[in-house]
Amino acid sequence: MLELFVISTLNGILFGMLLFLMASGLTVIFSMLGVLNFAHASFYMLGAFFGFQISKWFGFWPALVIAPLLAGALGAMVERYGLRQVHKYGHVPELLFTFGLAFAIEEIVSIVWGKSPVDFRVPALLDFPAFTLFSTNYPAFKIFMLVISIIIFVGLLIALKKTRVGLIVQAALTHPHMVGHLGHNVGRIFMLVFGVGTALAAVAGVIAGPALVTQSNMAGLLGPILFVVVVVGGLGSLPGAFLASLLIGLVQTFAVSMNGSLAGAFGPLSPDLATTWLSDIWNVTIAQIAPIMPYVLLVLILIFRPMGLLGTRET
Amino acid sequence: MLSFGHAVYYGLGGFLAIHAINIIARNKFAIPLPLVPLIGGMAGLIFAMLLGWVSTKRSGTAFAMISLGLAELVASSALILRTFFGGEAGVSANRTKVLRLFDWSFGPQIQIYYLVAAWTLIAVIAMYALTRTPLGRMCNAVRDNPERVQFVGYDPHVIRYFAFCFAGFFAGIAGALAAINFEIANSAYLGAVQSGTVLFATYIGGVGFFIGPIVGAIFVTLLSLGLSDLTQVWQLYFGLIFIAVVLFAPGGLTGLLMMHWPLIKAGTLGRMIPAYLIAFVPTLAMLVGFILCVEVIVFHMVHAGGDSHIKAFGIPFDAENRGVWGIATVLLIGGFFIARMTWKMIAARWDDALNEARAKGVAA
Amino acid sequence: MSNAIELHGVEKTFGITKVIQNIDLKVAKGERHALIGPNGAGKSTTFNLISGYMKPSSGTILLNGQDISGLPPFQINRRGLSRSFQVTNVFAKMTVWENLRCAVLWATGHRYAFWKNVDNLPEVRERTAQILQDISLVARRDVPAGLLTYAEQRALEIGITIAGGADVILLDEPTAGMSHAETERAVEPIRRLTEGRTLLIVEHDMSVVFGLADRISVLVYGEVIASGTPDEIRGNKKVKEAYLGEEAA
Repeated sequence: MLELFVISTLNGILFGMLLFLMASGLTVIFSMLGVLNFAHASFYMLGAFFGFQISKWFGFWPALVIAPLLAGALGAMVERYGLRQVHKYGHVPELLFTFGLAFAIEEIVSIVWGKSPVDFRVPALLDFPAFTLFSTNYPAFKIFMLVISIIIFVGLLIALKKTRVGLIVQAALTHPHMVGHLGHNVGRIFMLVFGVGTALAAVAGVIAGPALVTQSNMAGLLGPILFVVVVVGGLGSLPGAFLASLLIGLVQTFAVSMNGSLAGAFGPLSPDLATTWLSDIWNVTIAQIAPIMPYVLLVLILIFRPMGLLGTRET
Repeated sequence: MLSFGHAVYYGLGGFLAIHAINIIARNKFAIPLPLVPLIGGMAGLIFAMLLGWVSTKRSGTAFAMISLGLAELVASSALILRTFFGGEAGVSANRTKVLRLFDWSFGPQIQIYYLVAAWTLIAVIAMYALTRTPLGRMCNAVRDNPERVQFVGYDPHVIRYFAFCFAGFFAGIAGALAAINFEIANSAYLGAVQSGTVLFATYIGGVGFFIGPIVGAIFVTLLSLGLSDLTQVWQLYFGLIFIAVVLFAPGGLTGLLMMHWPLIKAGTLGRMIPAYLIAFVPTLAMLVGFILCVEVIVFHMVHAGGDSHIKAFGIPFDAENRGVWGIATVLLIGGFFIARMTWKMIAARWDDALNEARAKGVAA
Repeated sequence: MSNAIELHGVEKTFGITKVIQNIDLKVAKGERHALIGPNGAGKSTTFNLISGYMKPSSGTILLNGQDISGLPPFQINRRGLSRSFQVTNVFAKMTVWENLRCAVLWATGHRYAFWKNVDNLPEVRERTAQILQDISLVARRDVPAGLLTYAEQRALEIGITIAGGADVILLDEPTAGMSHAETERAVEPIRRLTEGRTLLIVEHDMSVVFGLADRISVLVYGEVIASGTPDEIRGNKKVKEAYLGEEAA
């Protein structure tokens, strides 16, 4: 039990940090540009596939740097030539634009790399168990993922507190309507923010690719969870996004590792009820409902705290 | 309001309809098949009433996200509650087993066609009637200016909620019709793909016009049937068309057509036609070049090394031929630069024509 | 109780800034009451608090003796208070007729009805036509509100405000941005249309204020420093110092 607890906590924090790498970009983009980037998870996927391709050609380490840069550059171009064009029509068309973009990216990825998972391997240098905890080997690559996420997290914190652009971003988070009054290079800042945000998502993709499955539907699977993180944390709140990322990471990992069900807890259902839909609920294990946990959390938050965990704004 | 989860009500309507057919057939209830869509509609309505109160508290982006989250919740639950949703295989029914009316068995496809057509007609009339009621007018007002609505006595949340419930009802009817048509309901009915298609159709057609979504649905259906015969990567083109509409025609196809109305009234439309014709040639060249490029790239990605004589849009060509590559590039780049010049010309002509219409007092 | 509106110790703070401090204000039933004060004195904020657009940080607001502090705008509107906006706030994509009709629907009891044809409601049609005539926009009946001239939009703004038949009307700078001639033309309809109702008006144009109002309250730095008839206010020393003096300088 303790073993399960420790491993699940580690995995949960890891998944949470990965979520935060993406949610942070999404939150900052949302606060500054007012756009909910539906294609954010697509950049995560692009990161993974670029990472895969580049590590096939040059190895994993160059890929770790080049893939996010590439994805970030793409993101900046999307902002400059796509979003800015749609901006004048309002926020809903912007959202639709990113929705269409997500659809197109998924199509392109499945054309280029196919629909089945690609063989994105953990680099040999990190392919060993970091430590053994009660008979479970914990892979070094996961520790590496954790370290990278934490480094970026700290770096982001410093960039926000110490740089000029960081200060502007902070101002935008608290007073979103004031961004327009910041001066003449707002356009470039928007482009930069969008580029960095998508690059962060791509970093998550490169480091998550080898550990999880790199496949053309990975964006579609992760995207909705990302939105849950942002809503649960509170729209436009970075600390909220951090908290919600960890929360959802932990909830999901713990749920997956648990096998309890109502039948397990209270014994089997009486036979005359066994064929009704009640038996579905009775026999389902916690592990089986893990995928819906984030959405249940979303509904609970919306009912009891509509502005999110740490959110201050209604919309 | 932008919903990413409309398929939930469509799907639930479908499942309820299938279960209803089975129950009716088993118990020999005196309910004829043409009434089953109503059951689907009620299912959509009830679930929209349950889920809508929370999600319609917000509008715009937040509503879109919440609708997506709720949709995922229902779609993933469908795979857990296997008895009701039938797991991955779905639930099936036999539509001919229910009470017959006027000797219609609803076995032959043509009878189903009439059934769907009749229900669609009823629904369209009902929806149009709805836009003419106090609630319908207030829905328009909320879309226009939700803030002001509060100061004439209305709660925008309640209005959004009502609109949402009606949308759920009609989606439920549609789901039931689909279920009757295919005699099966499965979890794909509830999924994001279904919601996405609806969204694409609606926005390509044009929101803000009553006939917009109708135009969109027809266009998208024709497009997906036509394109899927012509090219393998039709979904990519589909996505790109959607992006192009969002970028360049925010009012959708209907909006694009309606823009010309003032010009027709002012009689200045004729002046636009030569400009359109001139622009048509390079724009078409650009598109052809683009399609050639895409098809050649797709060939090299998907079938590398296979027979290079491929066919796209019914036209055979050799994807290995450098000449084809060259033509594609020239068409794409050359077409783009010339087309851009003609677009500027269109814009200038447009301003002229519109100004004249304004002067005549028939345009804004 | 013959006061239409009463404010008791109302305060509003944004972050650490106290915009409204301790306002006490009484507007008697049937009177025309003007709220004046220099820019930034908190006049619009006071309107926002009374109409429910913002919630007061503390204090109570009474409408016809009922506590309405903190209620949402539509609740307050249903209790018989209607307001206009300083920055024109109409349904820009809908026609003048539809704008007015939206404002009539709730008051005529049709609420969220989805079983009635809106064009077949005689009392709605008559009332809308009446308002349309009152604000002299009959000729512009089918023009989208966004395409009206500025003065016409201001008139429509007032039309929407009075259409619901509320007996307490709040007008926030109805002549803002108008030329002198336009302002003069705008005053008469305001007087006529608010006949028999309670009017609270924020206005910068002193000729309008002194010509229209039965009583005037002066708001400076979020406090009511004086309240009285136009003559009393003219003679008030504090007002001269704080407000009219500033105007002269």
